[in-house]
Amino acid sequence: MAWHKQVLRVNLSKGTCKAEPLNMKWVQDYLGQRGLATKYLVEEIDPKVDPLSPDNKMIFVTGPLTGTMASTGGRYSVVTKGPLTGAVACSNSGGYFGAELKMAGWDMIIFEGKSPKPVYLLIQNEKAELLPAENFIWGKSTWDTEELLKKKHQDPLIRVSSIGRAGENKVLFAAIVNDLHRAAGRSGVGAVMGSKNLKAVAVRGTKGVTVANPKEFMKATIAAKKVLADSAVTGQGLPKFGTQVLMNVINEIGASPTRNHRDVQFEGASKISAEAMHEKRPTDGKANLVTNQACFGCTIACGRISKIDETHWTVKNKPEYWGASGGLEYEAAWALGNDNGVDDLEALTYANFICNEDGMDPITFGATVAAAMELYEMGVITEKDTGIKAPFGSAEALCKFTEWTAHGEGFGKILGLGSKRMCEKYGHPELSMTVKGQEFPAYDSRGIQGMGLAYATSNRGACHLRGYTVASEVMGIPVKTDPLTTDGKAGLVKAFQDATAVVDSTGLCVFTTFAWTLNDIQPQLQTACEGDWSLEKLNLVGERIWNMEREFNNAAGFTAKDDTLPKRLLTEAAKTGPAKGKVNELGKMLPEYYKLRGWTPDGVPTKETRQRLGL
Amino acid sequence: MNYVIIGNGPAGVIAAETLRQSDPQDSIVLIGDELEPPYSRMAIPYLLMGDIQEAGTYLRKDANHFRNLNIELLVARADKVDPTNKKVFLNNGKTVNYDKLLIASGSRPVAPPITGMNLPGIYPCWTMEDSRHIMKLAKKGARVLQMGAGFIGCIILEALASRGVELIVVEMGNRMVPRMMTEGAGGLIKKWCEKKGVKVFTSTKVEAIEKSGNSANPLKVKLSNGESLTVGLVISATGVRPNTEFLKGSGIVTDVGIKVDETMQTNVPGVYAAGDVAQAQEFYTGAQMVNAIQPNAADQARIAALNMAGKSARSQGTMAINVLNTLGLISSSFGQWMGVAGGDHTELVDEDNFRYMHLEFKDDILVGATSLGLTQHVGVIRGLIQGKIRLGEWKDLLLKDPTRIMEAYLARTQGSNFKFAA
Amino acid sequence: MQRSLLINPDICTGCLQCEMACSFEHFGMINPSKSVIKVFEFHHDGRKVPYTCTQCAEAWCLHACPVEAIVINKETGAKVILEDVCVGCKVCTIACPFGTVNYNHDSGKVMKCDLCGGDPACALACPTGAITYVDSDWTGLERMRQWAAKTDSRPKAQA
Ligand SMILES: Cc1cc2nc3c(=O)[nH]c(=O)nc-3n(C[C@H](O)[C@H](O)[C@H](O)COP(=O)(O)OP(=O)(O)OC[C@H]3O[C@@H](n4cnc5c(N)ncnc54)[C@H](O)[C@@H]3O)c2cc1C
Ligand code: SF4
Ligand code: SF4
Repeated sequence: MAWHKQVLRVNLSKGTCKAEPLNMKWVQDYLGQRGLATKYLVEEIDPKVDPLSPDNKMIFVTGPLTGTMASTGGRYSVVTKGPLTGAVACSNSGGYFGAELKMAGWDMIIFEGKSPKPVYLLIQNEKAELLPAENFIWGKSTWDTEELLKKKHQDPLIRVSSIGRAGENKVLFAAIVNDLHRAAGRSGVGAVMGSKNLKAVAVRGTKGVTVANPKEFMKATIAAKKVLADSAVTGQGLPKFGTQVLMNVINEIGASPTRNHRDVQFEGASKISAEAMHEKRPTDGKANLVTNQACFGCTIACGRISKIDETHWTVKNKPEYWGASGGLEYEAAWALGNDNGVDDLEALTYANFICNEDGMDPITFGATVAAAMELYEMGVITEKDTGIKAPFGSAEALCKFTEWTAHGEGFGKILGLGSKRMCEKYGHPELSMTVKGQEFPAYDSRGIQGMGLAYATSNRGACHLRGYTVASEVMGIPVKTDPLTTDGKAGLVKAFQDATAVVDSTGLCVFTTFAWTLNDIQPQLQTACEGDWSLEKLNLVGERIWNMEREFNNAAGFTAKDDTLPKRLLTEAAKTGPAKGKVNELGKMLPEYYKLRGWTPDGVPTKETRQRLGL
Repeated sequence: MNYVIIGNGPAGVIAAETLRQSDPQDSIVLIGDELEPPYSRMAIPYLLMGDIQEAGTYLRKDANHFRNLNIELLVARADKVDPTNKKVFLNNGKTVNYDKLLIASGSRPVAPPITGMNLPGIYPCWTMEDSRHIMKLAKKGARVLQMGAGFIGCIILEALASRGVELIVVEMGNRMVPRMMTEGAGGLIKKWCEKKGVKVFTSTKVEAIEKSGNSANPLKVKLSNGESLTVGLVISATGVRPNTEFLKGSGIVTDVGIKVDETMQTNVPGVYAAGDVAQAQEFYTGAQMVNAIQPNAADQARIAALNMAGKSARSQGTMAINVLNTLGLISSSFGQWMGVAGGDHTELVDEDNFRYMHLEFKDDILVGATSLGLTQHVGVIRGLIQGKIRLGEWKDLLLKDPTRIMEAYLARTQGSNFKFAA
Repeated sequence: MQRSLLINPDICTGCLQCEMACSFEHFGMINPSKSVIKVFEFHHDGRKVPYTCTQCAEAWCLHACPVEAIVINKETGAKVILEDVCVGCKVCTIACPFGTVNYNHDSGKVMKCDLCGGDPACALACPTGAITYVDSDWTGLERMRQWAAKTDSRPKAQA
């Protein structure tokens, strides 16, 4: 059935792997993936736990539609308490790994404790064992790790999810990378994995997945696939241009944070845009982009596969980087590019490769470099600290910083702390463009007001994937709203947050929601899963998940004071573009949002709300 | 045209059908000396396991198949062939005339030269008749000793084990399947068998078999290591030899088997041979060899029949390809698995999980392989070897990681005008 | 008229919908490991190559089978495994030089493409047109071009 009803519990301290039944009662309330794993987490850990201590737990989790023919049904999430934020962390990844875990017969893996020595987990259907990683894959990049594991176990079809050296070094924004260039990227989940001495999870599954009502399920998925194919965004824009389709659009509306959010438009945007990736380079006559690629089951195929110009200075003497690999997505292109004022497409691609190779979140990394460059330009830090001249616009500094952070060398060790800790260290906490310790993605909330509220209230710190009102405010999905006003944004943010919580709990990709609403997802869930999965129930599940995450964060020590934005966005007006003269008017939206949520003015869910949601 | 085929195993049957395809009128006589309808020896292990009934071993399932094709089945033994007068003499006193003759008489087991081989309770595992004897004695709990752990021996092993007998295997060579597997693979197969509760003696000979006096286990087997074992059944799987005796004096040249050219024709025009009985050019070395395996019988039979029917078809050379299931451990071997002069190789071993991969190259061409545990897309190994596909830079990659054989195959064959030729 | 699967790797995105559809059609569950069409990935070139039996004229598998467990479907021309006849000897898996017969550990039998009786599930499921089921004599270059133009209506990232 859509759930195997099997949890693998791995105690790294004791070195044990045990199967246990999935809590089907919780499934009814939290569906799967994000919701369900978060429920396990909040039940099993002390919210005050140090995220990098053995007492934190880390959960790899699939959704009921993971491993099915529902379009994009290949996702899994990593849920833990995040070291970057201290809040609940839930990072979602595509590729093939999640589906493989499901094929092996597992809904989730709960990791607890800490292994005395570096290990990796090998899963072959019901067989799960911890094996030594030392003198084998420990110290290796995620790319080498995957290759070595496939070779050792003589199976090219093993799927691997691993940390690179960044995770081993507990870089606070280390990612967990699967299938070479898909990542559970944000909030430092890779550092938690590193802190547990767990290098990799290698899975091969041949048991398959069944659904409750196969015939009806097929019908539902075929209908839903047609909706994706017919949409201009998921049927045309994303396959052709990837998320990078946004680079020029967001820049034009003056919402592209530039040079650590000093500016809202980047003069070099067109040089690093989706269109630029398609253009033939003068040097070798080839385009940066090689092809698009799908994740498991995905009929959109937004993934970028790029090749760096072999004559470019970044890779001239490094043939190991000449092959095709995961190219720039919008967030990465922006964080490494716009935010640092770097417009060298090949250099950005190189930095992105390294982020994949050694497992780092390019958003937080890029934004941390941006803060460092601002500190450098202000003279707070100098070449002595950084090891290289590091003004905005220096592609060279960016690439060196990427290598150093990935490998744990020099100034990279400081960058590895993330911008909040780094800026505090240098006495300028205001320069860290973060919410709850996590860096912003590629949308400036002065030009897209709703996103300010979405960021401020996001349960995992600044993030575009917790409530993407950009869809409505910029693209008109499902309805167009004015990005420059705050009217109705509280309700919009809440609706997006709750719906996204559902999507993140299904096993589907949130990008489907450019074309799908819950109305398209519900029939697929209903036919795949046993039990009742009406729209009303799903809406409630979404809201319940949101409130559960909120309560965990509150218990971890967060308060309404943390639902805010950096001073720069609230006081320094946008200098150019349609949003010129605007700051983010969070204060106008937040009280209404709390009210709509049924929270006290201090941001705490009221008794009635808790009761209504069954918390 | 009047075609006569001696031997109704896979080679004989496929040849008869191929001949029929080329002309609906010709007379085709298929002679076999076993009482059963044409059946497949290869299926005997599955009969022993109880997976199929005797009928499941039949080469053609439709009882009227041969009648419908107007192929005449004769149950008799050919005692003599007279190529000058184009006659075959049968043991029932009859003779049949032919215009063209195919000899597909297969091979038969050779008993090792030790005393006591004539005692009751000692059988080869070669014919349907043998299998009936074995099934009677190899009951649950019986002690069974198998002499020889070659290719066929290992296959039978699986069948015997599934019958719940207590198994002892004695092999002269230093490992299991010594003539088909590398040291590494053969050693691992032995380890696997022992893990599964089979007692395996390698580098050991059976020196004599005597009566034990014990009624449950009436046979006493003396081994070269000094041990003596009492058992209820001995299975002799120490090798086979082509059935060529009846050709003595016919002028048809035989060596180990019947010598044939690349059209499967013997030295006598109009007389062909195929299958276990034929000795043909080996694909890589060009040396003449008997290749007693099922796919070879099928290939050679088709080539022989096409030539007999006046079409032209040439063998590229015969190649040993084997796949084995030894108590659940699947292994395969191809071509020059033992390597060739001036070649190089790569080997990847995962002892704990019984995974193994060994590739042999000459320049950038794959010439042989041995594997354990590989079950998906194995056929491309044959494709690469027999297609003599130049691997180019993929060879270096395979030297590093031989498991990427399928990728190498696709990369070197897809998109080009590659065609696998017979 | 007989038809065959035409595969155009250039537009395959690697979504594996074909593998899922194949296993669903034959085993009633979604299980790519049991699919007889497989998508191979060439990371270095960013290429994905769907691959399955071409129902070759030589039919090595069929001829090698000792028990007549592989037969030709008269309508589709597909070489089809008869599961109840197959004894699981695996000889076909090493005989097919294209590597397109695989052993199924669960059933103890082998599996290969049977063209789903004339309506291949993989072609139906493929969202990009990388797998199509076309008339077998559609081999002329011009026709290939027409076909490519027809299926290329969907945007593709290739620069
Ligand atoms: C137990 C067992 C397992 C095997 N497993 C495998 C395997 O896994 N893979 C593989 O590739 N091969 C296997 N083989 C070998 C395979 O069966 C043979 O290679 C194949 O049968 C050869 O076919 P053939 O037609 O040449 O000879 P045969 O099958 O031996 O047929 C020859 C026929 O001719 C008859 N005959 C002989 N002389 C005369 C005569 N003078 N007059 C009339 N009739 C005559 C014989 O009695 C016999 O019926 C196995 C064999 C055995 C016994
Ligand atoms: S499985 Fe192989 S031998 Fe059989 S028809 Fe297909 S390509 Fe030909
Ligand atoms: S595995 Fe089955 S189909 Fe293949 S050759 Fe053996 S019996 Fe025939």
